[in-house]
Amino acid sequence: MPMATNNEAPLLEIRNLRAKVEGREILKGIDLTIPAGEVHAVMGPNGSGKSTLSYVLAGRDGYEITDGTVLYRGRDLLALKPEERACDGIFLAFQYPVEIPGVTGFNFLKTAVNSVRRHRGESELDAMQFLKLVRKKAADLGVGEEMLKRAVNSGFSGGEKKRYEALQMALLEPRLMILDETDSGLDIDALKVVAEGVTRMRSPERGMLVITHYQRILDYILPDRVHVLAHGQIAQSGGPELAHELERTGYAQYAGQAA
Amino acid sequence: MIPEPAERVAARTFPVAELRRRLAARPEADWLRNLRGSALASVEAKGLPTRRDEAWKYTDVGALGVAAYGAAEAPVGTPPAIKSLTETLQLVLVNGFLVTPGPEVLPAGVSISRLDASISAELVQARLGGVLSPEGKPFVALNTASFAEGVVVRIAAGTDVETPIELISLGLPGGEPVAFHPRCLVVVEAGATATLIERHCGKGRYFSNGVVEVALADHATLRHYTLQDEAADAVHVGTLGIALGKESRYEGVVVHVGARLARHEVHAGIDGDRASFSLDGAYLGSAQQHIDNTTWVTHRAVGGNSRQVFKGVLDEQAKGIFQGKVLVERDAQKTDAHQLSKALLLSDRAEMDGKPELEIYADDVKCGHGCTVGDIDEKALFYLRARGIDEETARALLIEAFLAEVMEQIAVGPVREAFAAVVGQRLGGAHLIRRTDDHW
Repeated sequence: MPMATNNEAPLLEIRNLRAKVEGREILKGIDLTIPAGEVHAVMGPNGSGKSTLSYVLAGRDGYEITDGTVLYRGRDLLALKPEERACDGIFLAFQYPVEIPGVTGFNFLKTAVNSVRRHRGESELDAMQFLKLVRKKAADLGVGEEMLKRAVNSGFSGGEKKRYEALQMALLEPRLMILDETDSGLDIDALKVVAEGVTRMRSPERGMLVITHYQRILDYILPDRVHVLAHGQIAQSGGPELAHELERTGYAQYAGQAA
Repeated sequence: MIPEPAERVAARTFPVAELRRRLAARPEADWLRNLRGSALASVEAKGLPTRRDEAWKYTDVGALGVAAYGAAEAPVGTPPAIKSLTETLQLVLVNGFLVTPGPEVLPAGVSISRLDASISAELVQARLGGVLSPEGKPFVALNTASFAEGVVVRIAAGTDVETPIELISLGLPGGEPVAFHPRCLVVVEAGATATLIERHCGKGRYFSNGVVEVALADHATLRHYTLQDEAADAVHVGTLGIALGKESRYEGVVVHVGARLARHEVHAGIDGDRASFSLDGAYLGSAQQHIDNTTWVTHRAVGGNSRQVFKGVLDEQAKGIFQGKVLVERDAQKTDAHQLSKALLLSDRAEMDGKPELEIYADDVKCGHGCTVGDIDEKALFYLRARGIDEETARALLIEAFLAEVMEQIAVGPVREAFAAVVGQRLGGAHLIRRTDDHW
């Protein structure tokens, strides 16, 4: 069932989000709003809570939300299961895509695409229709037919895994894309291919949250806003120039700002 | 040791007098009469095994009351039509009786006969009970004493038979529960190659106690795919014996999805040099199902290779057992033997018992075994769900993936797909593992 949405509401609105992992508070009151059509970068040092934020938004188990709200298109996101979030248009590109031996890429992608299509009230694709679709999208991202026949992420190189994430994103056509350290483990050529794939998907309806340690990826996916995450809070926000400044000064200036 | 209560012993002892009366009424060759007679004596002396018997420590067939099941009578009327998995040479046994005349035209080099019709054949005489002696095997003894009819398959030397031979055993008790004992002898002569599909299914309450003996001559190959898809209330005991000649190959896959209690027992003898034995098993258990895979592999010759991989998925209160013993005799140098048992437990009440054993008397061998029990990989589950796949479907995908290593050992495409479809059908739906009775 397509969800009831409020088109006036921002795509994503996080208010005072606090979350614990194994009893330890990692997110300590995050406020962040992403309007449709914008790309926001969240930068921060290791351990600042970047990955926790992405997992909490995608709905992974093991995170205890202790306070705050997350509204996605005006609706309470935290009440939804991971698969419902995905079907409603949230896509998390994993920092470490999971290897799943025994599940072929073709079967996985088709099941995912048809789950999302069903949810959106669209007809399911049969094997032939799906093959046609996947071939087209795969070619854009340099994902070979051979990779589709292999088990999901099994034995893939770092670059192959990230291209495969981008392919899934292209197939599922999400509204809100969360890129968790997509640049890690990528050489510059692979980064360009992935970034071009992501950039192609920019549109006035879509928004993006690019989570990264380094500024490098933001040369290819240009952000509208940049936020610095430190000690579980947004310590500073600014325009694209903030990323370049951080590249020069590093995160040392945020070291002492524990909440 | 505390003696068992009298009624318990009685429940384990088959009505031997009735069996003897039936045997006396059969017009059979002397050698078979003798074979049956000594088997009957063993049944009479020992009855059914109890948990005190080491080989039956985990599985108590007698406790389910099968000793009281009446002997099945020859079925009357038209046998039900069974859909073949693929193009096969199909033979159907109903309650242990062969009900189809079998294929009219057989490929060159293949002979299929009713066990009672070919009873005097020299070949049968030499082999029946020879691959698998009833000695120390109570259910083989019971089968030997009791089988109504059986099938003898013979592949002539040097023949490569492409079309699989499909043996279907159907349990169809009319009203009261019945016991029956399908019997099959497969002789693959020197250099011949064949594929045997064995399917067990049915409806209602019954006890199927099958025995299959496989004799592989030098350089012979048999691919053997078994689907145990018995009715939910059935008790299934299947004993398989394989004798491997020089440089012969046995490639077996057994898939269990059915029965209240199933015991699949395999005795393989690597008798000829450089013979190769592989046996893979997959099983799904739910409700109170009890699935026991027990294997004995004995390496007697040089350079033999044996490989076993068993993978099980157990939900609710299901119980799985893997007992695997590999014995490498002193002269079996250069043996390469491995066995692996892996189980996924989907509920806190599911249980898996594993007992892999290696007994090695040769000094130049490579042997290994392993047993693991685990749960579904939460990271993989989240990854699938984060792509919009609902939790149940995601779990089913991961279970199929877990079993894939076993299913991929089925070298015949249409058979692999058909077996996988049966497994797939049981995954998903309201319960993770569905029990159905009537899909054949």
